[in-house]
Amino acid sequence: MTTQRISIDPITRLEGHGKIDIFLTPKGDVAEAYLQVPELRGFERFCVGRLAEDMPNLTARICGVCPEAHHIASAKALDALFHVDPPPTAKKLREMFYCIFFATDHTTHFYALGGPDFILGPDAPPEQRNILGVIQKVGMDIAGRVLKMRRDGHNLIEMIGGRKVHPNWALPGGVSRGINEEQRKEIEALGRDAIEFAQFSLNLFHEQVLGNRAYLQLITSEAYTHRTYNMGTVDGNNHVNFYDGLIRVVGPDGREHAKYPARDYREYVAEHVEPWSYLKFPFLKKIGWKGFVDGEDSGLYKATPLSRLNAADGMATPLAQKEYERMYDALGHALGQTYRAPVCHRALGRTGHGSGDYRHRVSRIAHGHAG
Amino acid sequence: MSSKGKLAIYWAASCGGCEIAILALNEKILDVANAFDIVFCPCIMDTKVRDVERWPDQYVDVCLFNGGIRTSEQEYMAQLLRAKSKVLVAFGSCAMEGCIPGLANLTKRQEIFETVYCESPSTDNRGRVLPLPEVQCDGHHLSLPVFYDMVRTLDQAVKVDYALPGCPPEAPRIWDAVVAILEGKLPAPGSVLGATTTCCDECPRTRTEKKIKEFKRLWQVVPDPNTCLLEQGLICCGPATRAGCGARCPQVNSPCIGCYGPNAGVEDFGARLMAALASVIDSQDPEEIDRIIREGIPDPVGTFYRFSLAGGLLRRAALVPDAERHELPLPSPIAQA
Repeated sequence: MTTQRISIDPITRLEGHGKIDIFLTPKGDVAEAYLQVPELRGFERFCVGRLAEDMPNLTARICGVCPEAHHIASAKALDALFHVDPPPTAKKLREMFYCIFFATDHTTHFYALGGPDFILGPDAPPEQRNILGVIQKVGMDIAGRVLKMRRDGHNLIEMIGGRKVHPNWALPGGVSRGINEEQRKEIEALGRDAIEFAQFSLNLFHEQVLGNRAYLQLITSEAYTHRTYNMGTVDGNNHVNFYDGLIRVVGPDGREHAKYPARDYREYVAEHVEPWSYLKFPFLKKIGWKGFVDGEDSGLYKATPLSRLNAADGMATPLAQKEYERMYDALGHALGQTYRAPVCHRALGRTGHGSGDYRHRVSRIAHGHAG
Repeated sequence: MSSKGKLAIYWAASCGGCEIAILALNEKILDVANAFDIVFCPCIMDTKVRDVERWPDQYVDVCLFNGGIRTSEQEYMAQLLRAKSKVLVAFGSCAMEGCIPGLANLTKRQEIFETVYCESPSTDNRGRVLPLPEVQCDGHHLSLPVFYDMVRTLDQAVKVDYALPGCPPEAPRIWDAVVAILEGKLPAPGSVLGATTTCCDECPRTRTEKKIKEFKRLWQVVPDPNTCLLEQGLICCGPATRAGCGARCPQVNSPCIGCYGPNAGVEDFGARLMAALASVIDSQDPEEIDRIIREGIPDPVGTFYRFSLAGGLLRRAALVPDAERHELPLPSPIAQA
């Protein structure tokens, strides 16, 4: 019998709801831990009967931190439903829109949600471990750049998709409005700023996190290691793509397990139900549900920013490829010429976005939002 | 001791978009931080519920509460934050009128559970396991909040001082509210902190006389970018919707979907929109009118009550009495309204 329970309620600095109960043995070791998602809204049910073309608007409300993802995913489903292939311009606009969101959202994550742990340190007082604490620590010069990146990104999202949060723009077969030359120039200029900002942030990551031996030891320790399958979308060269391509799944050793078009998802993915969480637990169907254990015999997989990288052979653009190699040189081991061993250290993976993070009985966070 | 005011931000049955809208204040978030100590906001800081429980009553000056009341935990948090806050604001569409998650009031708990956990095509649950409020797992007692049979708005659960509309509220309107609070210029309790005009009043599209023979669906028409979308047959919620967003959606060629809620003085959004649409139908023939509506509006409740079902006059679809009704007590009978 266990003697002590540690409750973390609610879990914080992510989008969505969750609580964690950790049960300790009399010696103080972790016996079991449960991550519960205490909410459900029922999108799967109440979207039935609604207009198909309303789905990009309805499903955006699954998550207001990443509505762009749900908006675009719905629109792609509508393309398939209407048997229509959007014109190249519309596809490029959608992809650009999604990439702007991606850069903006990762800024939010890096500085406001996950960053405080690294920038302020895990021992900082809880009341300081937030974006305001980060601003105090890094100073207004850097904070100003962070705020500018978020502001610029959201302004572009609004300019293209109508609103900063919850766009109303994507349609079956395309989008409701294009951009003009003036807007194109503005997007290009801010895109160049964003590349500079990303490089600055990556250097900060290398200095503050990978340059700190204590952190590096912590995040590469067994406690943060988690050997599961990894899932991501790849282009024709097996490079990461954020809008379109095939879903690729690689095993804990990095070898390809499956590659399929999204429409075939039911052949590859199923969802398991536990009585102690409102969130379901997706797993790889061909391997099967084996409980909350990692390894290649278990159908658990990650679908996260980290798993996107693990599931690909590289990045599609040269600067990103350079940073990809820098990260895997620091954390991974090159297995051969064609692919790298997946990085399995969860402290780097991001909770909150479709993560499949399991140790003991820690449940999937997904968005922390059950539909 | 800080002389600053204390601000709490909480989310119930919502999506996190309200928090992002607050972050979209950008540089002004620093002004908010200069005026207030943010004492609770799970999205961006680490304060726990047990910390909130320890505060004295009225500890918080302003609580911005987003999200509807779907579970027992959300109901508890609404009661807790009501007690701890001097001013409680129903922040955003979910807290004010139920929003998209309020469409779940067209169905009920049992149906939602069956679809989500048993019947959805990707679910593998032959044992028909369902989440339970109390469960023993390997000798550990685990609990989940009770999932109620309907979504309620915040003011159907506790007394609310103000409502700030929008899905989510736009940053400039949030800033207006912050300034009103800081300057002590809040209107009478019970007010909506918003405009008294409609989305149409903010819309740059040109309007002439609206007369239409058919309603068109989004994919049936490439709308002219400069004229009123409703005049082109698209169902635009602008005439019923409160101003405040700057008519953002019509500016990207998409009809208003009504996320800013009913305009000032309008009790029921759907009734107002139905009246507005009825007045533009170009026919005197009852049969033709019936056909125009039937063919053009295949999902009336999703069209007229997309955001406001839980907060309007309808509240929910009628519950057909059945066996499971006994296990599903309604937390707040709609008769109360």
